[in-house]
Amino acid sequence: MDVVLFWVLAAAALVFGYLVFRLDSMAQVTFALLASFLAVAALVLLLGLGYLGVVTALMMVIEMVIMAVFMIMFMMNPAGLMPMTMVHNKVGSAAIAIGTFVVLAAGILLVDWPTREGEPPPDPTFALGEALMGGQMLTMMTLGVGLFATIVATVVLSTDRGRYGDER
Amino acid sequence: MTLQLFLLLAAGLFAIGLYGALSQQSIVMLMMGLELMLNGVIVAAAAFWFYVSPAGTDGQVLIVVIITVMAVEMAVGFAVVTAIYRARQVDMTDDAADLKG
Repeated sequence: MDVVLFWVLAAAALVFGYLVFRLDSMAQVTFALLASFLAVAALVLLLGLGYLGVVTALMMVIEMVIMAVFMIMFMMNPAGLMPMTMVHNKVGSAAIAIGTFVVLAAGILLVDWPTREGEPPPDPTFALGEALMGGQMLTMMTLGVGLFATIVATVVLSTDRGRYGDER
Repeated sequence: MTLQLFLLLAAGLFAIGLYGALSQQSIVMLMMGLELMLNGVIVAAAAFWFYVSPAGTDGQVLIVVIITVMAVEMAVGFAVVTAIYRARQVDMTDDAADLKG
């Protein structure tokens, strides 16, 4: 059952990921990316990480809905009524992407991966919470400060005055 | 299901995202490519946690970090797009090549 689920979800993640750069409509593109994220969240759930899977799913739904608004704001073709190609250096990009995949795949298949050590804790979420409030406290504090810096930076960037000052 | 299969899926997502990030002209589409690359990293981190050291929590903490990075990337990316569009009506990467060497 798990194996079937894995193949279905993995195929969904890849196909929807590919569709992101194939579909014409910006709205469709956003929801294809959302579908890819949801498949990945389900895979994380499949590995037994209940909390992180649900968090990923919830965050991506919100993120993609916000993204859809921006997409329609900045795109000339939000409804996808006309075919659209907005790419540069397509062949070069494809070559680099395929080359990267081949190198990564070779590494994945050739490296002698370590064997599994230990068993998952009975409640991985509890273990994660304990780590974040204990040994990984510095990580958590850094993330907090980073998010705060992001808030300041985004407000500064998106005010009317903007990054470039008052003169227009 | 093995570690290798999960890692191959992660590599596939990363490669598709890389293609998008390199080839798209629209800054917003470029950011979608970056998100897709991070998506692959989530798969890899979860698989490493499960198949290599499930007793530790480092893999889970790594996923928390990646999710935060995704949120930061989205927020700052959109702020930059808004700022440059306000200043110069630019929404294509080709028009924003001031720093090109």
